[in-house]
Amino acid sequence: MAEKIRLATASLAGCFGCHMSLLDIDERFLELVELVEFDRSPFTDIKTIGECDLGIIEGGVANEENVEVLREFRKHCKVLVAMGACAINGGIPAMRNQFELRECLEESYIDGVGVVNPHIPDDPEIPMLLNKVHPIYEVVKVDYFLPGCPPSADAIWTFLTELLAGEPISFPYTQIHYD
Amino acid sequence: MSENKAFTLDAKPIEFQDGDTIMDAALRAGAYIPHLCHNPEFEPHGSCRVCVVGVNGRRVSACTQPATEGLEVENNSEAIKQERRALLQMLFVEGNHVCPGCEKSGACQLQAVAYYVGMLDPHFTHFFPRRLVDASHAEVAIDFNRCILCELCVRASCDVDKKNVFSISGRGIGSHLVINSPSGKLGDSDFSVNDKAAQVCPVGAILHKHTGYDRPIGERLYDRQPISVVGDVAEHEGKDHG
Repeated sequence: MAEKIRLATASLAGCFGCHMSLLDIDERFLELVELVEFDRSPFTDIKTIGECDLGIIEGGVANEENVEVLREFRKHCKVLVAMGACAINGGIPAMRNQFELRECLEESYIDGVGVVNPHIPDDPEIPMLLNKVHPIYEVVKVDYFLPGCPPSADAIWTFLTELLAGEPISFPYTQIHYD
Repeated sequence: MSENKAFTLDAKPIEFQDGDTIMDAALRAGAYIPHLCHNPEFEPHGSCRVCVVGVNGRRVSACTQPATEGLEVENNSEAIKQERRALLQMLFVEGNHVCPGCEKSGACQLQAVAYYVGMLDPHFTHFFPRRLVDASHAEVAIDFNRCILCELCVRASCDVDKKNVFSISGRGIGSHLVINSPSGKLGDSDFSVNDKAAQVCPVGAILHKHTGYDRPIGERLYDRQPISVVGDVAEHEGKDHG
């Protein structure tokens, strides 16, 4: 039997909705794990990434940790996939890009409705925010894009089965949407 | 009796009448050429360039190019599709098109044309411009983040409504939609929800209030079938908003 494809996944500035949608393939997950071995992923809770064939990224790049994780994925994955609106165009988190970062922080932690003990968090453990939220292709090369907010389980399944079978990726009309 | 005149669109003969553009004849024949700023009820504008076609080795906009006998028009080739995709990508990065947060999503012509040409990513670097929302009017809101400068509202307000509520101000990349009212706010203009200009926006820039998300996902205009089958947003606008 051929060696299993090593698959890593991560959620950067996303909501984990894309990962939930991946879980939504339901019993097809059993077929998937016949074909792939999960490396670093929220599903395995492995914290460091090994050499992988396929990396799937949910979420955009909003802080310095996101940059580091994304670059690690690019370095260790032969094929890198942007999954979902946030990875592809920044999505909802990128709506802050119209404003200065300081304006956003002050609105949340200083001037916001119901704020008590106004103070912008500055614990050194918290990753520094970037001035803007970026789609992942603005930071590393991306091989495939899988749009949707989230992409449906069927779209994810179409993508994975065609990719793992070495076929060209093509989706039925109803599986491609940006929302 | 004169013989019917025709040109070919992807090698398929399309009959036309005197004065037709390529787009006019194609629309009448039921052949789809992707477009955003074109609406057959108005003078052609030729600004979005999405209807780009190949004619005798040159690129022209189908909505402005007069049809002539024997033209060979290239429409659905991979090369043309790639150019349209790049045009769509530029439109997406130039504004703030956050589909998951837009009530027009699913019934948006920008989105539907992007699906049609197979756009999976925006490719270019996003501008993330700072634009405002004008919710001053009781019935209609304007979200300038989504305006693609097709000028359909400008044309409708001027040519049909005779009100001249909208204009484009600025030049080049600084071009933007403005409201002709003393305060610059829509609420201070004589704009009405029944105006033609309120029914022609192909994107989510001019939004009717109190109707958002009234169609569930799966039943929206472009959820099941592509725009080449369903047609433009404006054709359905009247039905959707009663």
